[in-house]
Amino acid sequence: MNLTLHIWRQKNASDPGRMVRYEAKNVNADMSFLEMLDVLNEELTLKGEDPVAFDSDCREGICGMCGFMINGVAHGPQRGTTVCQLHMRRFKEGDQLHLEPWRARAFPVIKDLVVDRSAFDRIIQAGGFISVSTGSAPDGNAILVPKPAADLAMDAAACIGCGACVAACPNAAAALFTGAKITHLAKLPQGQPERYQRVLGMVAQARQDLFGSCTNIGECEAVCPKAIPLDVIAGMNRDFIKASWERREEVIEKGAG
Amino acid sequence: MSSVAADSHVHRAFHFYQESLGKKVVMAATGVVLFGYLVAHLLGNMQVYLGAEQMDNYAAFLHSMPALLWGVRALLLISIVGHIVSSIQLARLKSAARPVSYVKKEAIASSYASRTMMWSGPIIAFFVIFHILDLTTGAAGAAQFQDLRAYENLVYSFRRVPVAAFYIVAMVLLCMHLYHGLWSMFQSMGVSHPRYTPIIKRAAAWVAILMAVGFISIPISVLTGLVGANL
Ligand code: HEM
Ligand code: FES
Repeated sequence: MNLTLHIWRQKNASDPGRMVRYEAKNVNADMSFLEMLDVLNEELTLKGEDPVAFDSDCREGICGMCGFMINGVAHGPQRGTTVCQLHMRRFKEGDQLHLEPWRARAFPVIKDLVVDRSAFDRIIQAGGFISVSTGSAPDGNAILVPKPAADLAMDAAACIGCGACVAACPNAAAALFTGAKITHLAKLPQGQPERYQRVLGMVAQARQDLFGSCTNIGECEAVCPKAIPLDVIAGMNRDFIKASWERREEVIEKGAG
Repeated sequence: MSSVAADSHVHRAFHFYQESLGKKVVMAATGVVLFGYLVAHLLGNMQVYLGAEQMDNYAAFLHSMPALLWGVRALLLISIVGHIVSSIQLARLKSAARPVSYVKKEAIASSYASRTMMWSGPIIAFFVIFHILDLTTGAAGAAQFQDLRAYENLVYSFRRVPVAAFYIVAMVLLCMHLYHGLWSMFQSMGVSHPRYTPIIKRAAAWVAILMAVGFISIPISVLTGLVGANL
């Protein structure tokens, strides 16, 4: 099949960037979206042009490196799928595809479709540590975890930190990501000792990284490649309210007063 | 920061409100107050169908308790100011959070109502100001405005077609605002459950629609002569 691609080209962080049109000829329907771009990049390289920069690593939908907007939808038209697992059979002859990087103040563009997602790492760091003993592996049954709690924690822990939630959110909020990380530990016994400190720290960090504010509209849940539900945001709100109410000591060092 | 300040309620409230989650809780809590008022107001208004005497007696009854009346008015004023101030602060975060917009962006899951809260809200605020000038103080009311003659005032006001039309448009927007707002406030306050949230969403939609239908029925009844034909 033949496709027309409109790709965001931006040399570096300070370049204003623009959309550039490319023709993708004889695209194999069995290729993944990233493989289609690999073929385009080979052609560009042979022509002496700069190939299109995009992130990827595992290419099996588990690492969270890949991701960009395809026709205004994060990770493209297939629900619960990263772009590396999206296949060209989802598209048809003559399709016009607009590819753009995630857009958020907190995710500055490095080049073309590649953005800097360190802000997510800072949110994770702000969550701090959990108290587990090191040394030899503990007995598997030493800490009992109810099955429903384990399942919910696992659902939240499925977050691969790709950033699609922020990209899809009209407010560029990081609520689904932060909510997933908070819920994942809040459901488990190992997450309890620092539970309320963690939520205050992570929520404050998301604000300092200039993510927007959630309006509960649900675009994030729809594009999440791991189908993480909005429920985790309510869980975060619940823990935040409780933590703010019970705050017994100064826990947010950065940005205080 | 001294440890005394760190423990104070003011300090705690400051940190709470500093986060967007705290502002959302304020939006939700003030939204509950405003919604509660709307329910009472709608029930009060439904008395137009019981005739002029009932309606005017009800108005006189409310005015016979000035402490309660002004208490409620003060609470509503505080709530609306809190609701508006936090919504503006959050909206400013939103525009700062995405300085470069998308060339192409599709909404695939969200309702139209949820994406237009910052349109429906301010228009409702503008409507509320007009509504008070129209039917409470009479400053923007019909020429025949008389204090405490609630029934006549409303009939004369709604006979002006542009006024009735604006009222109806505002109530449609209120319906949209509540369609999203009434369930969103549960989410903002951390109430969510895979079993109950779908029920809350459906109930919110029905309540929003029924309230709008109730309010809109009044100007329509006036214009069709069902109410106030004898005036
Ligand atoms: C009759 C008056 C009103 C009622 C009953 C009402 C009710 C509500 C409720 C229950 C919410 C949900 C809160 C949440 O998501 O946690 C909400 C949200 C909102 N309200 Fe109002 N509201 C009213 C008037 C206004 C006005 C005058 C504005 C003007 C600025 C406004 C702006 C907003 C906005 C922007 C949101 C969205 C917040 C978000 O989704 O993040 N509202 N409203
Ligand atoms: S490259 Fe790892 S998730 Fe797509």
